[in-house]
Amino acid sequence: MDSPAALAAENTRLTAAIGQLKFRDPALARRLAETIGRVTAEIGRSPVSVMHVCGSHEQAIARFGLRATFPKDLNVIMGPGCPVCITDMPEVDEGVALARQGLVVASYGDMLKVPGTRRSLADAQAEGARVEVVYSAAQAVELARRLPREQVVFFATGFETTAVATAAVLIADPPENFSVLSAHKYIPPVMEIVAEMPETRVEGFLAAGHAATITGWGIFEGFVERHGIPVVVAGFEPLDILAGLARLVELVRDRTPRIVNMFPRCVTKRGNLRAQEQLWRVFRPLGGRWRGIAHVPNGNLRLREEWAHRDARRRFPIDLTLLWDEEPAALAQECICGDIMSGIASPSDCSLFGKECVPDTPVGACMVSSEGTCKIWHQYGGLPDLRGAL
Amino acid sequence: MRALIEEIFVRDLPPLSVPGRGLEAMDDGAALWLGDRWLVVTTDSHVVQPIFFPGGDIGRLAVSGTVNDLAVMGATEVLGLTCAVVLEEGFPREELERIQASVRGACREASAPIVTGDTKVMGKGEIDGIVLTTAGVALTDRVVPDSGLAPGDRILVTGRIGEHGMAILSARHGLRLEGELLSDVAPINGLIRAALAAGGESVSAMKDPTRGGLASALHEMAGKSGVGILLDELAVPVSPAVRAASELVGVDPLVIANEGKAVIGVRPEAAERVLAALRSHPLGREAAVVGVCLAERPGNVILDTGFGRRLLAEPEGELLPRIC
Amino acid sequence: MCLGVPGRVISVREGFALVDFWGVSREVCLDIVDEPVAPGDYILNHVGFAIRRIPPEDIGETLALYETLLAESPNGDLMAADVRGEIAGTGDRDG
Repeated sequence: MDSPAALAAENTRLTAAIGQLKFRDPALARRLAETIGRVTAEIGRSPVSVMHVCGSHEQAIARFGLRATFPKDLNVIMGPGCPVCITDMPEVDEGVALARQGLVVASYGDMLKVPGTRRSLADAQAEGARVEVVYSAAQAVELARRLPREQVVFFATGFETTAVATAAVLIADPPENFSVLSAHKYIPPVMEIVAEMPETRVEGFLAAGHAATITGWGIFEGFVERHGIPVVVAGFEPLDILAGLARLVELVRDRTPRIVNMFPRCVTKRGNLRAQEQLWRVFRPLGGRWRGIAHVPNGNLRLREEWAHRDARRRFPIDLTLLWDEEPAALAQECICGDIMSGIASPSDCSLFGKECVPDTPVGACMVSSEGTCKIWHQYGGLPDLRGAL
Repeated sequence: MRALIEEIFVRDLPPLSVPGRGLEAMDDGAALWLGDRWLVVTTDSHVVQPIFFPGGDIGRLAVSGTVNDLAVMGATEVLGLTCAVVLEEGFPREELERIQASVRGACREASAPIVTGDTKVMGKGEIDGIVLTTAGVALTDRVVPDSGLAPGDRILVTGRIGEHGMAILSARHGLRLEGELLSDVAPINGLIRAALAAGGESVSAMKDPTRGGLASALHEMAGKSGVGILLDELAVPVSPAVRAASELVGVDPLVIANEGKAVIGVRPEAAERVLAALRSHPLGREAAVVGVCLAERPGNVILDTGFGRRLLAEPEGELLPRIC
Repeated sequence: MCLGVPGRVISVREGFALVDFWGVSREVCLDIVDEPVAPGDYILNHVGFAIRRIPPEDIGETLALYETLLAESPNGDLMAADVRGEIAGTGDRDG
């Protein structure tokens, strides 16, 4: 490994990786997959279940077909990591009500088709309500600037990483006609809930690398101590995920519950303090319902008192009873999104998956969002796991 | 769209008066047996938006699309093209002249004369700008269907994919790109001629991957041939500009339209020969072997990502409206 | 929505950076990132905001991380355990 040729080759590889910031070396991936297989076999139990809580992790796993390389005794489950999917019906109803009351509602594109009790935002739009798709909170503010005579409400969905952006635009003092309907969620509390659910046999967690960039990995120390379950923070490149899982199964094998950071280029122990300060200056955690999971203490982020003037819930009366004119559609009762999001069922367990429930005609939230388990599985042929298929 | 076509257009068809492959085959063109050779016929309408895009325009597209449909049926010597134009009243004369110049240029490249046509004008607002409809006829001794793949056959693509669709998308989204994103629109009958000269009967199937991209074309070929296809993602040639734009916009290059490429199925013993012939042609320098046909999982396309494997799902819906 | 995309800073002006993402350039807001950002730096972008400046030396470290994982012997020895501890600690940037 010390010869000039080897060093030069190493240099080239490093330069290439640095130049691309992409960790996509197939040979390295194969070796990591072998490690995962070997260590899982050493654990000796079957199945070994680990959970990740991030739609983007599931997307990367599905897109690169990583499950085809996992040993069959290893279950990598997606938990409630899709911010759109866990936005509950009454929250969608609030957005729909405001739109029908004549306000301009700005929303991330993914939220448009998420079913409310009777209507989605897309339905309201089709009926003439002003619903605009934005790609960032900053764009929503831009919209308010362009429409000075309208009230523009930003339907703010997403986890803490996205909430930081909402906080930043509020702190930057947007125009008077801009307000926020916060449906933001906070992930760490739901990990506690899932860890305590009797049905789940989760032995390890893969934590989302980008959320941890903001919060730091230190916040998981308490969780690991309380539940005796190891947590590994992982990035989103295929090598990041494979290395993260390899480390996680090692911790499971050795019965050493600790928090390990496998994403050091982005995650530190304390995280981004500047972002955290802004986040908690604007938001406070509150218990609330997550779709399918029921009550999550401290799981919702709401605007603090000092920001009441920017809180759409306080600026406008929202009459939800106007929306509840009929029973929810019968199909919705067969929807098992809740179980899927808790990781105790998978899309293939659902009788509606791929038939009545497809991206064009979604029944449940999991089929709507680009981070929903059902949408992702459907996009990749309904069969994310080709082990034994060839 | 496919369902619409099957339910409305491809039903209760009157029988052909000569042996042949007609509408029910839903191939790139129709083939009619004349007694000693095949007459291949195809038609297309063009509604691309914007009319002028990086790398080409509706005129070049109209000619290339039809010439290429004939070529991937095995008919590379075009007897003649028709061109019907429907214009919106007030359509700028200068733009019409530019389009006509493109049409003439593409015809010269393909050695394909326009032999007849038609022109209509509709009132302002009754049609969006311009619609071009072309038809083409050619003769060939052998028709290469899109359904002739067998297990073991190699899948080749004639060059980098995703260029036409991404050029349109990036123009529409105003993406600032380092390195240009140009449509690949071009007539490739000369290129296909070279491949057929090298491979002959060993060329088992061909298709041009337009709407729905390589993914759609492979699904159709796999389904009609009754084989599975294993596609090596890392072997599929994609330019850095297309890759960058597709990551940003969140669309897979595999499902993006191409207008100057072909997918070719070749018996294993002839694959190297055909590849060499493609690469010696100016339009085929980036040709590559990207996959192999399997007996297992007929109709499915399996993607080997280099890190694992997954099913390449058939693209659904109109991913990019008015792409061609 | 979870996903952040890394890119390279081309230029900076009052609170915004022009960033190159493998050939496509976009403007990114610097209101949240906790370090000063200069042309040539790498940042992680999330919904139009830079959430992290990625130190170049950490990229090489990532590769080393993978290699170390693979080099560990199946039975686990004391030295390997030390390396593991060191890696968990290297994330700390409290200085």
